[in-house]
Amino acid sequence: MSTTEVTPDTHEGSSVSLQSSRRRLGDSVFSALSVGSGLLIFVTLALVAIFLTTESMPAVMESREATGSASGFSLLETTLPLVFGTVLAAAIALAIAIPVSIGIALFISHYAPRRLASTLGYLIDLLAAVPSVVYGLWGGLWLVPRLEPLYLFLNQTLGAWPTWPGFVPWVGGDPVIALFAGEPHAPMRNLASAAIVLAVMVLPIITAVAREVFLQTPRLQEEAALALGATRWETIRTVVLPFGRSGVVAASMLGLGRALGETMAVLMILAPGATFSFRILEVGMHQSIAANIASKQAEASGTEMSLLIFTGLVLFVLTFLINAVARWIVARSGVKS
Amino acid sequence: MAAPQPINVEDLNIYYGDFLAVEGVDVQIRPRSVTALIGPSGCGKSTFLRTLNRMHEVIPGAYAEGTVEINGQNIYDSRVDPVNVRRRVGMVFQKANPFPTMSIRDNVLAGVKLNNRRISKAAADELVERSLTGANLWNEVKDRLDKPGMGLSGGQQQRLCIARTIAVEPEVVLMDEPCSALDPISTLAIEDLVHELKEEYTIVIVTHNMQQASRVSDRTGFFNIAGTGKPGHLIEIDDTDTIFTNPTNKQTEDYISGRFG
Repeated sequence: MSTTEVTPDTHEGSSVSLQSSRRRLGDSVFSALSVGSGLLIFVTLALVAIFLTTESMPAVMESREATGSASGFSLLETTLPLVFGTVLAAAIALAIAIPVSIGIALFISHYAPRRLASTLGYLIDLLAAVPSVVYGLWGGLWLVPRLEPLYLFLNQTLGAWPTWPGFVPWVGGDPVIALFAGEPHAPMRNLASAAIVLAVMVLPIITAVAREVFLQTPRLQEEAALALGATRWETIRTVVLPFGRSGVVAASMLGLGRALGETMAVLMILAPGATFSFRILEVGMHQSIAANIASKQAEASGTEMSLLIFTGLVLFVLTFLINAVARWIVARSGVKS
Repeated sequence: MAAPQPINVEDLNIYYGDFLAVEGVDVQIRPRSVTALIGPSGCGKSTFLRTLNRMHEVIPGAYAEGTVEINGQNIYDSRVDPVNVRRRVGMVFQKANPFPTMSIRDNVLAGVKLNNRRISKAAADELVERSLTGANLWNEVKDRLDKPGMGLSGGQQQRLCIARTIAVEPEVVLMDEPCSALDPISTLAIEDLVHELKEEYTIVIVTHNMQQASRVSDRTGFFNIAGTGKPGHLIEIDDTDTIFTNPTNKQTEDYISGRFG
């Protein structure tokens, strides 16, 4: 870098060369370490992707879609119900978790007295640290029986609602989307229970990120609203929420990522099935990709294993896409302060 | 409309938690005139200003004790809702703070939409034009009302904030060093505007710039502190000419002649 000779002739008598005499050892070691760590991410990601792709190839080649024969298994028919179950569970979990999280985050950032706010923030972080297997136990053994009355009530009152046309009848799904229809029966190991536990699990992530964003609302913006005679809620509506919107989207996508990949809780709560049904109260209708892999991989081999790995690849791509979309949304709607 | 009444401040003590920041302010602020507040940093002039629309107390732990009468009503009465006070006493801040997600037009209408929710399109258009004209900004932005307010220059943003403040037709406009982040030309534009605004509004302006105080104000108040950690006091308030030529108090004289601060 310093290859030109610089002679400091402004200082009398001093002729210290500015040319570097040797590479600084600490600098080069640290730079190599950090570059190496950065590259490691690419390498790991590539290795995972390569593993998933190569190992799932046998299943793809043997599938009905590839061979064209009428016998054997169908790649789409095995995978799509799992994708459907995964996405539906995650979507319902988010529908429950996002409003609650925004509420908690706003309470912590703008309503609660300072000491309560920090305690609550700490508890939320603690909630995020609880292992999913614990949520699975709690959900399966404690929550599921207690949700039964709620489910029966929903089934009776809202069983015929809402009835929009379903979008997957071509693969054997419901002709209509009727979330609470069907004949739920105990034990309620249905998709709704799994989604509720998932909601509890993603709640801390969304809350923590949303709280951070809300706290970063420029003080000057909030004072501008207050000085115009805005109430606390009006201040939140005109300043805090618009400012935090991209952050909330990002937080939700993080939550979605976790909900899609969450394994243990779903495995321990959901009684599996493989349909495209929107009836989330009925038992034995759905399964998620992750829970399906976890429940079968110990005994699978050959093509069956390869098929499981293929579903893993699908999940990998799905979460990848969702993260990409999240980043795109955040970048697009980024508020400059 | 009844003749405008002065703002009467009696025995006002202002606290941050346990800390007494400003002590014993007694002052009458004349209506439809410009009152400038000067003094060294940390003397409590901005703190005092923020008690006039109950913005002081939005800082956790901050409160004020005493009486501030605006239009004959004590705004520190326990039955008074601070939200209503702020709708009648507008405020312009040190740094321009238009709402970043709103257009120029929506920024002007923000306060009105908070106050009475529904306003017809024609009335809104009229109000936007009147407020922006009042803030000497209309000619510069009339062709881009739907563009974001953040796209304006610093001085324009500050005038947009003034337009937003006068759009709700307050009785009093408080200005907290409104020109401190602006270049000289924008500063001049704001100062001209302050001159025009006093026809309709009672204006209290905090400034670090004594030339500015002498240019824009009719009356000037001088705040000072005895030392760090001691409460600030309103030392003297008088006609601006008197303060700058023949102050009564020695501290005031020292300050305006540049002997400290």
